[in-house]
Amino acid sequence: MELTDKIFKFFGGIKPSGYKTISTVNPIKRLPIPKKLIIPVRQHVGKVPNIKVSIGDKVLKGQILAEPIANISAATHSSSSGTVVAIEPYKIPHPSGLPDLCIIIKTDGKDEWIKRDRIDPSSLSTDALYETMKSSGIVGLGGATFPTHIKLNSNKIKTLIVNAAECEPYITCDDMAMQEKTKEFVEGIQITMDILKIPHAIIGIEDNKPKAIEKLKSTLSQSKNISIKVVPTVYPSGDEKRLIYLMLGLKISKEKRPVDFGIQVFNVATLISIGRFFYHSEPVISRIVTVTGALKRPNNYEALIGTPIKELIKDAGGKSDQEIIMGGPMMGFKLPHTDVSVTKAMNCLLAITDDMKSKDTFEMPCIRCTKCVEVCPAQLQPQELYWHAKSKQFEKLTENYKLFDCIECGCCSYVCPSNIPLVQYYRYAKSEIRDQLKSSEVADIARERNEFRLYRLEREKKERAERNAKRRAQTSNIDKKKLIEEKKAAIAEAMKRIEEKEK
Amino acid sequence: MEIVDSPAIKERSSVSMLMFTVILCLLPALFLQIGFFGYQILGNLFIGIGFALFLEAVCLKLRNYPIRPFIFDGSAFVAAWLLIISVPANIPIWTLLIGIFFSIVVAKHAYGGIGSNPFNPAMIGYAVLLISFPKIMTNWPISDGFEIRNFIQFSQFFSISIINEANDAIVSATPLDQIKTSLFLGKEINILPISFSTLSPYQMITILYFIGGLFLIYKKVITWHLPLSLILSVYVFSGLLHLYDQNTYMSPLFHLLNGATFLAAFFIITDPVSSPTTLKGKIIFGILIGLITVIIRNYGGYPDGIAFAVIFMNICVPLIEKFTQPKVFGYE
Repeated sequence: MELTDKIFKFFGGIKPSGYKTISTVNPIKRLPIPKKLIIPVRQHVGKVPNIKVSIGDKVLKGQILAEPIANISAATHSSSSGTVVAIEPYKIPHPSGLPDLCIIIKTDGKDEWIKRDRIDPSSLSTDALYETMKSSGIVGLGGATFPTHIKLNSNKIKTLIVNAAECEPYITCDDMAMQEKTKEFVEGIQITMDILKIPHAIIGIEDNKPKAIEKLKSTLSQSKNISIKVVPTVYPSGDEKRLIYLMLGLKISKEKRPVDFGIQVFNVATLISIGRFFYHSEPVISRIVTVTGALKRPNNYEALIGTPIKELIKDAGGKSDQEIIMGGPMMGFKLPHTDVSVTKAMNCLLAITDDMKSKDTFEMPCIRCTKCVEVCPAQLQPQELYWHAKSKQFEKLTENYKLFDCIECGCCSYVCPSNIPLVQYYRYAKSEIRDQLKSSEVADIARERNEFRLYRLEREKKERAERNAKRRAQTSNIDKKKLIEEKKAAIAEAMKRIEEKEK
Repeated sequence: MEIVDSPAIKERSSVSMLMFTVILCLLPALFLQIGFFGYQILGNLFIGIGFALFLEAVCLKLRNYPIRPFIFDGSAFVAAWLLIISVPANIPIWTLLIGIFFSIVVAKHAYGGIGSNPFNPAMIGYAVLLISFPKIMTNWPISDGFEIRNFIQFSQFFSISIINEANDAIVSATPLDQIKTSLFLGKEINILPISFSTLSPYQMITILYFIGGLFLIYKKVITWHLPLSLILSVYVFSGLLHLYDQNTYMSPLFHLLNGATFLAAFFIITDPVSSPTTLKGKIIFGILIGLITVIIRNYGGYPDGIAFAVIFMNICVPLIEKFTQPKVFGYE
C-alpha cells in the first residue's frame, strides 16, 4: 500500500467537548500496593485460563496464576507478592453486574518479583515466540482485550498502524503514556515490527495531543521506519476501520478484516506492554487508568491489575458512593457496583457528572430529521435501523440496512433531537438476530433428529414385521398342532389340580 | 437511581428547539406582512394556533399520550403557522379553523401523530380549503404600502373576518391567478417586468422567506438539497416553457417570486417527516415537486399548485427512498 501524507476524512462523526486537560495536569501517579488484590481469572476475549494456584499458596509478583488453555486465551498474573486467600466468584466490572471467578491475594507489601529471564525475540523461532507471547498475558488494552499473540502470528502483514487516536472525551491514558513512557512505546513498536517482519509503522494520533506529538517527533526524528500521522479530532477516529481510512484511504466493511488487506492495528497501551515484556520481562500486571469526571483531582494512575477501584476514586477526590462509568462517555457503561477491581480492559473510570445525570431522557418519536445519518461514520441509515428494529423486521435490518456494520459508537444517539436511545435499539436487534440464528440452528438439529427418529421407528416396524413373517413361515403346521396339544394337556392338568383341591 | 445509557453525553438539541428555529426564521416575513397589511394576520395566528394546540391536546388525550412533552414539541405550532401564512389574511375565521382541523386531526393524529404522518399537515389543510372554498382562497388583501401606523393600530388585531368580504376594493387575485385568467380569456399579459422598485408586497414577503430559509440552512435545521432542487427545478422548467413561447409563459423569475415557491422550498417541503431521508431522494423529491408545480401553474385548474405537488410527492416518498439508499461504508 502506498503511503501518503494525505488524510482521508471519513464521513460523519461528531466533535463533543473533550474534557481531556482536566486529567493531564499531573503526571501518572502510583498508589501504594493495595492490601488486597482481586484478580479476575479471565480478563480477555476467549477461553477461561486454567488456574495454577490454590488457596494458601505464596505467590510472587509476575507469577502466573492461570495459564492459557487454547489459542484464543491469555494468561493471568499476580500483580504483587502475597498469599492467595480465596478463589471464588466475585463482582467484576461488567455491565451485567454478574460475578465471575476471581483470585484474591492478600499482599505482603514486599512486592517481590519472580525470577525473570530476559527474552530475546530474535533468537526464538516463530512457534516459540508465539508460545512465549501466550504466557505474557498481553491482550488488546484499548478495551477489546483480544489476545495479542494471535494478531502477531501472521505473515501477511505489510502495514502496522498504531492507534493513538484516543478519540473518546475525558480519556487521556494513552496520551500520558506516550509522553511518559515514550521509550517503552517506541521499543514496543520496533519489536512488533520485527516480529511481523515489516519495515514500516504509522502512528495515528489526534491533533488534540500536542505534547505527545512533540515528544514522539523528537524521539523519532532519527527513525526512518516509524512515521507519525496527525489526524483531526473527530469522534470516532479511534475506531479501527475509521482510522485505517483516515490514514490509508481504505474502506473496510464488516465482512472483511484489516488483516485481509495486510494491515494490523495495535493500541498504544498494548504496544507498551509488548515493549515491557520483551525488554523487561514484565507481563501485564498493571495498566494506566484515567480516573476523571466529577472528581476533585482527576488524574492518570498506573494501577496494579486487581486494585479495588474505590482506592483510585478516593485518591482522586471522589466520594465512596460516586456513580462510575467504565470507559468513555460515548461507549462506556455504568458500573452496576463500584466494589470491583482494575482489569486489563479498564482504560478509564469516569465519575458521572451532573450534566450526564440531567440529560433529557424522554423519548419522542423519530421525526426522520436525519441528523443521525449526517453523523454515522459507518454511513448507515440509523433512522431506518431504528424503525425496523422497533417493528422487529430483522431480515430487512441485516440485508438492506447492514445492521451489523454498526460500531455502536453512539454518534446517532448523541445528536438525536428526539432523545431516542438508538444504540440500545441496535444492540437489542443484534442480540435478537443472533438468538434467532442460534435457535434456528438448534431447531434444524432437532428437526433432523426427529426425522431420523421417525425414519428409525418406521424402519424398526418394518424389520419387526419382516421378522415375524419369516418366523411364521418357518413354523410349520406340524409344529402348530404339537403346540396346541401341549397347551391342551397343560390346561387339562390344571383342571385336574383344581378338582383335587375342591375335594 | 437513573440509568445512564451509552452515550452518557448528548448534544443540546430537541424537537422543540428545531421547531423554534423554524418559527424564528419566519418572523422577518411576518414583520413585513404586518407592515403592509396590519395586525389581521396576528389575530389569525393567535386564534389558529390556539385552536391547533387545543386539538393537539384533545387528540393526545384520546390517544393516551402524555400531553406536556408533545404539546410543547412545537410541531402543531409550526404546522398551524405555515397553514395560516399560506392562506389570505382576510380569510373568515371559521374557514381557517376547518383547515386547522384537517391539518392537526386528520393529517397528523389520524395517521399516528408526530413522526408518522405521511402527508404534510399544513398542505393537507391548505388543499382542503382550496378545493372547498376556491373563491375565499384566491382573494388576497391589497396593501396601501408599508406603513408604520399598521404597527400601532391594535384594533386590527380583532378585525378577524367572520364572513368573506369579497370587496374588489380591498382584495384581489394573485398575479399567478391573473395570468391564468388572462391566458384563459386569451388576453395579453400585462404584468410589468420585475425590478426592485416594482416588487409587490407579496413578492417582498416571499424574498424574506428566502432569507429566513438561508438562515435555516446556516443553523443546520435543514440541508440545501430540498430547497435548491425545488428552486432550480421551478426555474429550469418554467424557463424552458418561457423560451418556447414568451407570450404565453411567464419568465422563470416571475415563477420564483410569485406564489409559494420560496415558502415551500425552505419551510414546507423540508418537513422531515413527510419528505425523503436520503440525499439523492431529497433532490428527486424537490425536482419533481418543481416540475408538477410548473405544470399545474401553466396547464392546471389552480393558480398555484405547490400544495398538490407536495401531497402527490408525499405518497412517493417510500418508493423514492427504496431506490436511493446510499452505500454503506466499505461497500461502495
